[in-house]
Amino acid sequence: MYTVSSPSAGPAAGSLPRTGAQIIVDALLAHGVDTVFGYIGASVLPLFDRLYDAPIRFVVPCHEQGGCHMADAYARAGGKVGVIIATSGPGACNLVTGLATAMMDSIPLVAITGQVRTDLVGQDAFQEAPTTGITRAVTKHNSIVTDIKDLGRTIYEAFHIASTGRPGPVLIDVPADLEFQKCGGNGAIRVHLPGYKVPRNGHAKQIEEAAQAINRSERPVLLAGGGVITAGASQELRELAAKANLPVAMTLMGLGSFDQRRPESLDMPGMHGAPYANFAIQESDLLIAVGARFDDRVTGKVDTFATKAKIAHIDIDPSNISKTVRADIPIVGDARVVLAALAGCVEYRDRTQWFAQIAEWKRLYPVGYDRKAAGLKPQYVIEELYRRTDGNAVITTGVGQHQVWSGQFYKFRQPRQLITSGGLGTMGFGLPAAIGAQIARPEALVIDIDGDHSFNMTMAELSTAVQNELPVKVCILNNGYMGMVRQWQELFYRKRYAYSHLRNPDYAEFARAVGAAGLTVRSRDEVGPALEQMLRADKPCVVDFHVDATENVVPMVPAGKSLDEMEGLDVLQNAM
Amino acid sequence: MSSEPQAPASAAQAVATVKTGAQIVVDTLVDLGVDTMFGYQGGVVLPVFDRLYDAPIRFYIPRHEQGGCHMADAYARASGKVGVVIATSGPGACNLTTGLGTAMMDSVPLVAITGQVRTELIGNDAFQEADTTGITRPVTKYNSIVKDVKNLERTIREAFYIASTGRPGPVLIDLPVDVSFAKCACNGKAALDLPGYRIRTKGHARQISMAAEAINKAERPVLYVGGGVITANAAEELRLLAQKAHLPVTMTLLGLGSFDQRQPESLDMLGMHGSAYANYAVQECDLLIAIGARFDDRVTGKVATFAPHAKIVHIDIDPASISKNVRVDIPVVGDARHILVELAREVEYRERGPWFAKIAEWKKKHPFRYDKKAKTIKPQYVIDEICRQTNNAAVITTGVGQNQMWSAQFYKFIQPRQLISSGGLGTMGFGLPAAIGAQIARPEATVIDIDGDHSFNMTMTELATAVQYELPIKICILNNGYMGMVRQWQELFYNRRYSCVALKNPDYATVARALGAVGITVEKKEDVPKAITQMLAEKQPCVVDFRVEREENVLPMVPAGKSLSEMEGLAILESMA
Amino acid sequence: MKHIISALVENKPGVLAHVAGMFAARGFNIDSLVVGRTEDPDLSRMTIVVIGDDRIVEQVRKQLARIVPVVKVQDFVGKPVVMRDLMLVSIAVLPEKRPEVFTLIEMFRGHVVDIGQKTIMVEVSGPETKIEAFIDVCRPYGIKSVARTGTIAMPRQGTGED
Repeated sequence: MYTVSSPSAGPAAGSLPRTGAQIIVDALLAHGVDTVFGYIGASVLPLFDRLYDAPIRFVVPCHEQGGCHMADAYARAGGKVGVIIATSGPGACNLVTGLATAMMDSIPLVAITGQVRTDLVGQDAFQEAPTTGITRAVTKHNSIVTDIKDLGRTIYEAFHIASTGRPGPVLIDVPADLEFQKCGGNGAIRVHLPGYKVPRNGHAKQIEEAAQAINRSERPVLLAGGGVITAGASQELRELAAKANLPVAMTLMGLGSFDQRRPESLDMPGMHGAPYANFAIQESDLLIAVGARFDDRVTGKVDTFATKAKIAHIDIDPSNISKTVRADIPIVGDARVVLAALAGCVEYRDRTQWFAQIAEWKRLYPVGYDRKAAGLKPQYVIEELYRRTDGNAVITTGVGQHQVWSGQFYKFRQPRQLITSGGLGTMGFGLPAAIGAQIARPEALVIDIDGDHSFNMTMAELSTAVQNELPVKVCILNNGYMGMVRQWQELFYRKRYAYSHLRNPDYAEFARAVGAAGLTVRSRDEVGPALEQMLRADKPCVVDFHVDATENVVPMVPAGKSLDEMEGLDVLQNAM
Repeated sequence: MSSEPQAPASAAQAVATVKTGAQIVVDTLVDLGVDTMFGYQGGVVLPVFDRLYDAPIRFYIPRHEQGGCHMADAYARASGKVGVVIATSGPGACNLTTGLGTAMMDSVPLVAITGQVRTELIGNDAFQEADTTGITRPVTKYNSIVKDVKNLERTIREAFYIASTGRPGPVLIDLPVDVSFAKCACNGKAALDLPGYRIRTKGHARQISMAAEAINKAERPVLYVGGGVITANAAEELRLLAQKAHLPVTMTLLGLGSFDQRQPESLDMLGMHGSAYANYAVQECDLLIAIGARFDDRVTGKVATFAPHAKIVHIDIDPASISKNVRVDIPVVGDARHILVELAREVEYRERGPWFAKIAEWKKKHPFRYDKKAKTIKPQYVIDEICRQTNNAAVITTGVGQNQMWSAQFYKFIQPRQLISSGGLGTMGFGLPAAIGAQIARPEATVIDIDGDHSFNMTMTELATAVQYELPIKICILNNGYMGMVRQWQELFYNRRYSCVALKNPDYATVARALGAVGITVEKKEDVPKAITQMLAEKQPCVVDFRVEREENVLPMVPAGKSLSEMEGLAILESMA
Repeated sequence: MKHIISALVENKPGVLAHVAGMFAARGFNIDSLVVGRTEDPDLSRMTIVVIGDDRIVEQVRKQLARIVPVVKVQDFVGKPVVMRDLMLVSIAVLPEKRPEVFTLIEMFRGHVVDIGQKTIMVEVSGPETKIEAFIDVCRPYGIKSVARTGTIAMPRQGTGED
């Protein structure tokens, strides 16, 4: 659940004429915003001038993409709406990847972009870009404000749309002349959105039907997605699972919604999921998906996905339901409300055989790796990190092998503990995300488990961490490759490693050059001491782990295959 | 003009063979003469990369697709060829947005190929899916998605044709991965099918005669030259016209290099931070002949009072540019080179003694100046010194802001394609990847990125790319610890309330060394020449961190919304004489 | 199968771009799209004809409803509905053939709106099938050009002729 303090009158209710810049700042304050990310430029000068005196912490990244990821991770880690401000043209264009990342993972963001003066719009003026046109496909909603009278209301609406229903990024484009113009306040601002409705309770009859299906089911699986975390429904999920005695699988975005140390946890299913989760889904007679959207990376080949199962799908977004997988029992509503209602109608069932079967799969095919290998295995680094942080760290990741290994080998216990780009799969997300998460949760231990290529993308932001004195940790699993691409090339392109290798810099030296701590680890023995040193560091710290360069992520369901057609199970069995 | 699409190299290729989509992409690129590409791997472009691996194409991997797109852009600007960049779906495509926007605003011919998720998954919010054509529609000249392998070869050929003809620009092709795998008989001779795309090369003869007559009658003419002259490879024709009719020449930022700035007829750059003599001349002229320029707001100042005494001739290949911002008396639509040749034929020499005398007087009174006696390192001094030591012959790339304006003011360009700068979109972080792209296009040239500290911060990771490919680019950071231009505006218009403009910068020389380049720090004025000499002698990428005067302003300045003649800072400049 | 979807949208700039962009992004095919004002100045009605199976059209409906300024979405499939399309068509007709063509126009309840030396312009409205039929019967004379509005529709309250 995302909290937006109910927009109070505050300074906004005065009747003195205010400039547009002041109206924006007042609207932010009225929504309880105390942290904003952004980068200055000509078209947002008046706004930044007003922010200068406001009681708002302002964080300046090196690049707007970084700032947008920071605001995104700030929202994911803290449960508040992230706010990012950028200038027109290049500033707005630089937000696209960050907005799309937030859009795919349903993260509430409000982006405010400056625009050239109204009289120049459409003239290809200096630093002009049609921002609403470019970002239409990567925002939940966007609009350009052309009349100062609409400005305050539009910002209020942006917060409302971003944070309710299925959350997402909302962008407001504000021409520079509006920031200068003055407008008399007329008291309370009313949100007017006749086309925007938020479902909440779920249809009682459908909930009843789902409860009966659960009560009748012999081989049920509960599949939790990111929607459970968004809805703040982990507690309700746990209660339902306990009351009805259900095993729980989680998508990458759902990790943390159910304590993975519990025996009912099936961990993550999908392309690189746990074999027992994939087998369980394929064998189940009832699949209850909550806040998950049957992504192609989760379902594998759709035609052969969970063919024996009746499917109940609980989601707040009606368009998610029956989009890829036909739902037998659709329930549109807020996950927390629906889960609580469902828990009220279900009964405990033993399901000894089903749990015995699951235990057998878990015994036969645990997620593992060659623990006896002499080389430095990336999985070992994550396992050690898990052990030494007691499973309590907030983990951010880049995209690729290290992301999947983080999903496999770090056991998450709490919601909002894993912050990763699941839908868009944005390389370079890890470091700025760690910065945003650390700002949202200053007391937490925040660790970016990153790949070398992912880190390369946004590594300039390390100096943002230094500048803001944020003690984020970065563990680079450095194999010199775009590891996942290399793995596909090994498996499907006869080891023709076309353009997947880069000559990397010395990351430890780079870290020291920008004012952070830097360590290099080349062997297994050095892992423990280096991690201890990293965890003790009171400033940003980068550890460059030179891991086994050709380690593969297993198991793997090749694209277009069924979940139970996993490759690499033999590797897992041999590794035991 | 950018390189023309070429006819298939040999008849042997005309025989239809069955190929995969990925192979068609690579064969068509090779057939179109592509020998250099930029791009980044990803799940859905794997089949294309696998085919590229064996192709006779030099391939460069950036650290971030934005960098790759700027490299391809600068490669095109420096060479006159079409730049080619390839990226994966979702984040890869999104990361191109700024680079495409940059190329679009400056009319640079670019072809971008993006992978897309399987056709059957499109619209399902699949892993790494983004609506690439939707996102990039406003920042490309044209884009399209290929859903049938039968259309693939033709679409690629059309992309190169559209990108490089007329007013050039970026074209994007979105390629679902199943189309890369699909097979199709292909004869390598697909014909273009673009009924809606027409280019006008020859200008209207009567309009050209009218323009020539206006020139012959004018007592106070000014030629106002934009990037279109460089795109059209018309610098020589421009010189001949200016010489034959005896015309002074002012250039936009993108037009710099089209006319030798060492010539007395050069009025240098006009506009917001242009020379006082160019701005005065435009405001006083009785005829303004604009060629391949688009009357950008940074050039015209307040439109209502722009060139108030002048009849305006506008020569442009894009009819939509004409009378968009400024009313035009004699529009001529066509290719700049062709029209300049025609125009030169009809014009006569006129002395215009009083006009040139007036210009000489303005030049004498208001040259670009800075305080040469200052004890600190003035950023302008660094550029002056670079210009001197490179004999005006270096290829200069820039970031955006003060560093960009000072480069335009104090480096005197003599050749087209010598200044590579993001003029329209004003993209910070362009300088370093642009230097890489330019160096690849012109291996023999001295390529120098004159950058700001904040601009450099944006894309500095690409320094590792320069190291990987052993490109001897030079980076001069004019490090003032501020977003200098924004700070200047805050000083002048916001009572020195420096909101969010100061970053704590890393030690750039150490960063450079960590990434495998050479790093030099210059803190004293007297060390500047020596450091530049050392930098120019380096065979590896070299970063020089100049700790310049922190609160230096770019002058003169026409405040936004004012007339060109209302320049501020002229008195300050005069006091430095 | 053809579905007629009617969407009531806020009368604001950018709404058409939102809707068109969504169709392109999700790979839905639009047969025709008409936008016009309604009795309420704050609202416009978009009538969109989509071709696709039930599952696709269900997604179209849901995705439309997700767009913030879209207030209400209805699918008219299987409901009694009045559909109209307006066409202007220019037909090559020499004066001696005019009476023959005028008879046809009358049969289709069309109107002649312009007469030239060698052409006449006709306005015809009605359901799509009628418009297509008129084009077919005029084709032998020579059709110079056609402009059509695309389909608009409204559910029926009573009974009446289509």
